[in-house]
Amino acid sequence: MNFNARRKPKLAVFKFASCDGCQLTLLDAEDELLAVAEAVEIAYFPEASRAVIKGPYDIGLVEGSITTHHDAERIQQVRRQCRTLVTIGACATAGGIQALRNWQDSAEFVRHIYPSPDFIHTLKMSTPIAEHVPVDFELRGCPISKSQLLELISALLAGRKPNIPTYSVCLECKRRLNVCVAVAQGIPCLGPVTQAGCGAICPAYGRGCYGCFGPMETPNTESLRAQLHVLGQTSQEISRAFRSFNAWTWHFRHASDEEERA
Amino acid sequence: MRLEAKELASLIETLRRDGYEVVGPTVRDGAIVYDAIEGLEDLPRGWTDEHAPGRYRLLRRPDNALFGYVVGPQSWKRFLLPPRVRLFSVRRNGDQPEIIADASAEPPPKYAFLGARACELAALAVQDRVLLGGPYADPIYRNRRQDVFVIAVQCTQAAPTCFCSSMGTGPKLSGGYDIALTEVVEGAESWFVAHAGTEAGAARLAALGAPEASPQDVARAEEAARRAESMITRRLNTAGLRERLAENFEHPQWDDVARRCLACANCTLVCPTCFCVTVEDTSDVTGSHAERWRLWDSCFTQSFSYIHGGPVRASIKARYRQWLTHKLSSWHDQFGTSGCVGCGRCITWCPAAIEITTEAEAVCGFPPSSLRSEQA
Ligand code: SF4
Ligand code: SF4
Ligand code: SF4
Repeated sequence: MNFNARRKPKLAVFKFASCDGCQLTLLDAEDELLAVAEAVEIAYFPEASRAVIKGPYDIGLVEGSITTHHDAERIQQVRRQCRTLVTIGACATAGGIQALRNWQDSAEFVRHIYPSPDFIHTLKMSTPIAEHVPVDFELRGCPISKSQLLELISALLAGRKPNIPTYSVCLECKRRLNVCVAVAQGIPCLGPVTQAGCGAICPAYGRGCYGCFGPMETPNTESLRAQLHVLGQTSQEISRAFRSFNAWTWHFRHASDEEERA
Repeated sequence: MRLEAKELASLIETLRRDGYEVVGPTVRDGAIVYDAIEGLEDLPRGWTDEHAPGRYRLLRRPDNALFGYVVGPQSWKRFLLPPRVRLFSVRRNGDQPEIIADASAEPPPKYAFLGARACELAALAVQDRVLLGGPYADPIYRNRRQDVFVIAVQCTQAAPTCFCSSMGTGPKLSGGYDIALTEVVEGAESWFVAHAGTEAGAARLAALGAPEASPQDVARAEEAARRAESMITRRLNTAGLRERLAENFEHPQWDDVARRCLACANCTLVCPTCFCVTVEDTSDVTGSHAERWRLWDSCFTQSFSYIHGGPVRASIKARYRQWLTHKLSSWHDQFGTSGCVGCGRCITWCPAAIEITTEAEAVCGFPPSSLRSEQA
């Protein structure tokens, strides 16, 4: 993007249905936060500051999924206010863990949980931002990776392409010289169908990948499902493995439904 | 020459004293990997490995052999062609860009490789040809490669994934080392028959002051080496392979394997001859500091073949076909040898248990040549 050199670009951070973990990633970037605040004007970021500078904004970071009528209207306004709109995290990009309601009757949950269900106005489904408005870039992850967020902001400021790979976690895993937990220990791992970005942190600590970064560029979930069965996983376990933070992405949804039917 | 464990220990010690970083097999995270070795206690004493397509297990041996395993997940590639290298950094200095660091100029560690197998030495020769041959040598590889001291270890056992004998690379050591060791297990302990491949190797062996190996010792070592040969059950029929692969780009087997292949890239990253890298430029938030990094890449990613408009090899089928035919066919056209040394890593470490030997023979219409016993 081309920013006016005499004016700092204005950055805004918006929240929808989410846990705030992705916004916290920005606050967590202690070493770099001052540099970010130098490079951009943090114009709207209720999590960090009460000061509000009016839009329009150059960069809008959107966290969270759309779960209410009010959200569905607000995201339209947000889109109109932002030149570049970036969704951050699995909720905004895929619907989040709360998209598990999409398989259930959410009205029934409301009846069971809230003493006065009449006050709750919620949509049947939790959906990603891109189902409502055009999105310029999506940062994956539950939560997003700090280095990917800084890379994206740096790239936007420099007007270059961000280095956000779409290949599998396995590349990061091997570059980190991890021993493959699936092959060497028979631990079920979603790494081969999951997009890189986390740095293969779970396999580095002897755990299989949970799929936090969602489907990679060409996810062959059918082949991985077959291999997970070879490792002794039941259809129910495989279905559940795909139904987490990125459950509502087409590939993971399809894989979990197929195993549920199996 | 006949070495006991204590002489091997002093060989490691003197190499370290002479400034070598000794790297060799050690147990980590349920596998035998290559890493820094300070002494015999770091070696995988009493451990072995079990291999099958898509499956590896670290197991106990009944004895205390030091090199009683086949091959680990990583090859020596990780030391000579590191997974991530910073090529240089640039700082904005007024209007002048200032180049601050250059990885190829840094003095690399002087490595001694302990435990290299015949197929791995063949792989080193393949990478030497690719990265040092011709007018454009890779300076990072050259700096790391030129002073390597190689202590090879003769295979005395083989895995069902090994097919070095089909590729003409093993299991018998045939050069490419400074010192070669054959481990002979006797009771619970072991000793070695050593011989030198270079003058540097001969000098180091002589300095150990160990006795000559007796004809009986040599016979025992040869017998151990023959055992590896007899354990190899996997075969790849290489007669006409190169041509048949090039003629069968539309064979239905490519569709079949594409249904199983995850395009996860593991096969290329564990392969000791795969050399592809990508270059990534990054800048920081202030826009005053930029870096250029070189990372392991793979022909299984979409970005690998991306040119304006999209990837040339968009489908998994096209990517698997590129990989296999490059290894076994077009590598000959490009570099004059096969790109595969038959180490079997891509078979063991493929999470989808795909076997290069089976796929290649199916595409060529060859009857499967691996022995049935491997299925057991
Ligand atoms: S541990 Fe998982 S992410 Fe790592 S290489 Fe194996 S399958 Fe891929
Ligand atoms: S293609 Fe497979 S068997 Fe051949 S050298 Fe590479 S990893 Fe080893
Ligand atoms: S052949 Fe196996 S290791 Fe290689 S990309 Fe396909 S699934 Fe991954």
